[in-house]
Amino acid sequence: MPIDAELLASALRALTPILLAALGGALCQRAGVFNISLEGMMLVGCFSAVTGSWFTGSAWLGVLVAVAATTAFSLVLAVGSVSLKADAIVLGVAMNLLAVGLTAFLLRTVFGVQGAFSDPELKGLGAVGLPGLDDVPYVGDVLGGQSPLVYLSWVAVAVAAVFLSRHAWGLRLRGVGERPDAALSLGVSVTKYQYAAVLASGTLCGLAGAQLALGNVTLFSENMTSGRGWIAVVAVMLGRAAPVGVLLAALLFGIVEALGFRLQGQGLPQQAADAAPYLVTLVALFLSTARRRARRASAPADEHAAPQPASLG
Amino acid sequence: MTLPPSDDGARGEGARVAAKTPRPGAGTGASASAEVEMRGIVKHFPGVRANDGIDLTVAPGEIHALMGENGAGKSTLMSILYGMQRPDAGTILIGGREVSFTSPTQAIAAGLGMVHQGFKLFPSLSVTDNVVYGREPRRRGLIDRAAARRKVAELSERFGLGVDPGAPVAELPVGVRQRVEILKLLYRDARVLILDEPTAVLTPAETGALFDVLRGLAAHDRTVLIVTHKLREVMALSDNVTVLRDGRVAARLRTAATTPAEIAEAMTGRAIELDRRYPAGAIGGPVLEVTGLTVRGEGRPLVDRVSCTVRAGEVVGIAGVAGNGQTELIEALVGLRPPDGGRVTVDGRDVTDAPVAARRAAGLAYVPEDRAEVGSAPDASIGDNLAMGFHRAEPLTVRGLLRPAAVRAHARRLIGEFGVKAGDPADPVSTLSGGNHQKVILGREMAHDARLLVVEQPTRGVDIGSIQNIHARLIGYRDAGHAILLVSAELSEIIGLSDRILVMSEGRIATELDRGEADERRLGLAMAGAAEGPA
Ligand SMILES: Nc1ncnc2c1ncn2[C@@H]1O[C@H](COP(=O)(O)OP(=O)(O)OP(=O)(O)O)[C@@H](O)[C@H]1O
Ligand SMILES: [Mg+2]
Repeated sequence: MPIDAELLASALRALTPILLAALGGALCQRAGVFNISLEGMMLVGCFSAVTGSWFTGSAWLGVLVAVAATTAFSLVLAVGSVSLKADAIVLGVAMNLLAVGLTAFLLRTVFGVQGAFSDPELKGLGAVGLPGLDDVPYVGDVLGGQSPLVYLSWVAVAVAAVFLSRHAWGLRLRGVGERPDAALSLGVSVTKYQYAAVLASGTLCGLAGAQLALGNVTLFSENMTSGRGWIAVVAVMLGRAAPVGVLLAALLFGIVEALGFRLQGQGLPQQAADAAPYLVTLVALFLSTARRRARRASAPADEHAAPQPASLG
Repeated sequence: MTLPPSDDGARGEGARVAAKTPRPGAGTGASASAEVEMRGIVKHFPGVRANDGIDLTVAPGEIHALMGENGAGKSTLMSILYGMQRPDAGTILIGGREVSFTSPTQAIAAGLGMVHQGFKLFPSLSVTDNVVYGREPRRRGLIDRAAARRKVAELSERFGLGVDPGAPVAELPVGVRQRVEILKLLYRDARVLILDEPTAVLTPAETGALFDVLRGLAAHDRTVLIVTHKLREVMALSDNVTVLRDGRVAARLRTAATTPAEIAEAMTGRAIELDRRYPAGAIGGPVLEVTGLTVRGEGRPLVDRVSCTVRAGEVVGIAGVAGNGQTELIEALVGLRPPDGGRVTVDGRDVTDAPVAARRAAGLAYVPEDRAEVGSAPDASIGDNLAMGFHRAEPLTVRGLLRPAAVRAHARRLIGEFGVKAGDPADPVSTLSGGNHQKVILGREMAHDARLLVVEQPTRGVDIGSIQNIHARLIGYRDAGHAILLVSAELSEIIGLSDRILVMSEGRIATELDRGEADERRLGLAMAGAAEGPA
């Protein structure tokens, strides 16, 4: 299977929603909130993006509605886990279930259809060119002609990376996640930073949903995120909650998804193609924990470490 | 490098060269020059009057020691000063102006700073980031790391802290971490530094270094308030001492004009025999036998073919400069770390690779160094903590069910026996003062009546009256025919209690001293010599 420009371009499209959601998850992780409601948030983003676009007739207003609605939805996690100290896992599971039911219900009441809504009149984000890039052979085919949110997601990675490592608020956010009592003793409000991180993840999931429903396709169907939010959760772990690490993890999933799609066209059963990203997830998780374990075991008594010389620093 | 123990000893009596001239208004009452003035501070907790009308005056540039038995109210008074708790009554003046803090943030703004007993640092961040956290210098919107580094390096230089601004905190030893805490305060322009038992976790050498830093701070007109149980440190460091007893001021003393015995008596209300040496006991057959025990670390062995025996009726002390394998040796003995070679038997039973429960069944009890994390469940009640290890058998458990009444009775008995100051056995163990927490764990492990007691730092954070009590109990335990393996950073404790002393160096037993041979100077030399000897 040659890695051609078309495949990479489709991988880029596929990875963007995962990347945006995972960036949000990474911010939460760094602030000490375990956010597993990315899936539900993204689904809310999909639905509100389609709704906004349909009723205003503008895809961009759709994006705006998605961001507003998803950020509001993320307040549930912020209030619940930060202010009320509820268990973030239980809350996240509840939010994911709620999002599935709520969007299916609203699909029926607002659009009067079941299963899926699409219409030729529904405005999608379309593609924009990158001036100067589009004409470069190969590179232009891969990077050019993507939805504006794809480009925005790259900017988001850079901004998040600089923010976390070099901005005062980023430093404080990391401190809040690592030792809340220490942050508090220096007059830094743990609550404020955790709220900010959760709401930012809502905003990013809104963008992720908009890209999925108005960029990758132009429609809404029930449960259309189909596990991408969960893969984003895994990407946060694999990428160690660092923006660039998360980008690499998302890239892996994007390529697998695009490959699966391509192979399906060449006769691979659809079920196998659908399962591919999850299979890769499992393998990646397994490898990364095995490596971390080996490293930890080598610290107190290297005799007991698994023989993995390459990974031992 | 200076020799840690002898260095420490030299500070003890005569070597107070850096003593400042006594300030004019020394003593009590309002004085215009006071940096900190607390008047009539009262604080109640359910069932306890932690502070009962305390007056405290400290002059600028003074090093003031706060002493008192466990539960006397020292930590409470300091947390009131620092805005972590509100007093029920009383006034506080800082630099002559009345203040009423509702949070530490306000206290910091007023020029106060506190080093807490457990450090509040971010291990993954660098020293610089830890110091500037929350008050970062900025340039064009981003953190100005160069300026931050410069400022931290400059402070470290000016006050002689010797901290590398770029080092990750996770890799620093405890003593340096503490200096990072002090840097944090200096960076925030603290004029008054509060330290609650800062030396409890330090080695003698680190303690000496800390004292040099504190003297330097005082010379720069910073005021230091230090809580400690160690008379020697008070004598070596402080200008004045305030002694608390049961929430009241029992004495205000000028250090230069007092003696350790006088302070001790003010604390306890009775004469205390300091640094007592106990007579030898009747020694029986071997209980713990260790042969060729080895624990490997990265590259070099942490414990290197150690062989030793502890017999019934005998206390064997383990001394050594921290980090020479004492911790790892004990961990391997009690089953917290798998050994890489050698053999361990307790009462003839081979427990080299046995799980902890099997070791306990063979007759081993253990008082760990870290009472909060390893030794107890801090959020569980005092009663439940005391029941741990007894919970599987009668009388606490009958037909597989725990009997709450028996658990309570068991708790009350041990609380009484060990003189733990506790309100209610149902309270969480974390509400106890530091020293009382220690007594709970020691009491529980001794109540097991095991053939072998392994005990680390038995009197860390414990007041001198209780130290005497704990020492007498350990000796009583020994005389009842038990074997005791003692690890302690306090040389006087090792010397006073041990029948034999093993000095560890680089994972090996470098020297063995008998009861008669050991004094503080010789032990100090043995430790230092061993530390400097060839590998
Ligand atoms: N939060 C709390 N709730 C209930 N009682 C408390 C609380 N904090 C302290 N106390 C009680 O107040 C008394 C004084 O405690 P404090 O911690 O001030 O003692 P301390 O002098 O620092 O003792 P130590 O030397 O053992 O650290 C103790 O009897 C303690 O049990
Ligand atoms: Mg205390």
